[in-house]
Amino acid sequence: MSENANLRDDGFVVAGTTYHSRLLVGSGKYKDLEETRQATEASGAEIITVAIRRTNIGQNPDEPNLLDVVPPSRYTILPNTAGCYTAEDAVRTCRLARELLDGHKLVKLEVLGDEKTLYPDVTATLEAAETLVKEGFDVMVYTSDDPILAKRLEDIGCCAVMPLAAPIGSGLGIQNKYNLRTIIENASVPILVDAGVGTASDAAIAMELGCDGVLMNTAIAGAQNPVLMASAMKKAIEAGREAFLAGRIPRKRYASASSPLDGTFF
Amino acid sequence: MQIQLNGENRNIPDHSNAQNLVELLELTGKRLAMEVNREIVPRTTYAQHQLHEGDQIEIVHAIGGG
Repeated sequence: MSENANLRDDGFVVAGTTYHSRLLVGSGKYKDLEETRQATEASGAEIITVAIRRTNIGQNPDEPNLLDVVPPSRYTILPNTAGCYTAEDAVRTCRLARELLDGHKLVKLEVLGDEKTLYPDVTATLEAAETLVKEGFDVMVYTSDDPILAKRLEDIGCCAVMPLAAPIGSGLGIQNKYNLRTIIENASVPILVDAGVGTASDAAIAMELGCDGVLMNTAIAGAQNPVLMASAMKKAIEAGREAFLAGRIPRKRYASASSPLDGTFF
Repeated sequence: MQIQLNGENRNIPDHSNAQNLVELLELTGKRLAMEVNREIVPRTTYAQHQLHEGDQIEIVHAIGGG
């Protein structure tokens, strides 16, 4: 029993910290901060992504702040470089985030290549990753599901590699299981699916493939009931992880009876 | 003197430093980060960081995002 319990209770390590929730969530697209707070709590996530944007000058100075509802004292804040289309802008964003969060080094790097697909610009991503690692950042990097590139980002020194399952916000689910499997097999840093999950089964599939975690935003925030979907995702991640650890049965084309044939009386 | 703040031109008193600007904007004590001409200005150095005519200043904070 204790062995089984140990299997269930495994965590994953990013940049020296062990996390027990394998669900990482974004904080965008919610209708208000209260919904953000409730959904984040229901997800059980420990790592929460945020975006870095211009402060609204001259607005109500008492306007509530995102970091009041997802406080850095309780959550690991993961600033992202969303919206950056050049390595330079991504690096600037990370430097600002580090200043904003009192020297916090963990960042989510994404350098986009195209507005329609939001696919990563992989050459710019490599360039930015090199600079950031040299500057002492712990870089969790969003990338395509290319195994060669994933390995290269690991070799540069990224602390986690996060291939997409499908385009950001598309909800299409895992589109290339075989590449993900290859990326996971080759890796010695955590591999997390980032982007493309649509519903709980997609998250479970990612975990069953052996991913260390899943990062999602739209699938929760865009659901009819975000708080309930956050709870569903939490369970799907846990179920998928346990199924991966348990080891699934092989697929066969034909049936094999579950009840014994011995002792039949007909 | 004129500076560019978050992409918009703005007049601020001559000889202002970064801390004066934060006070002027009523952002004192807020969690923010500042960049002047693409270089980070650490908040511990605001009072020593003199601003100049034409400086390009970005003041950012964290908002919801994936």
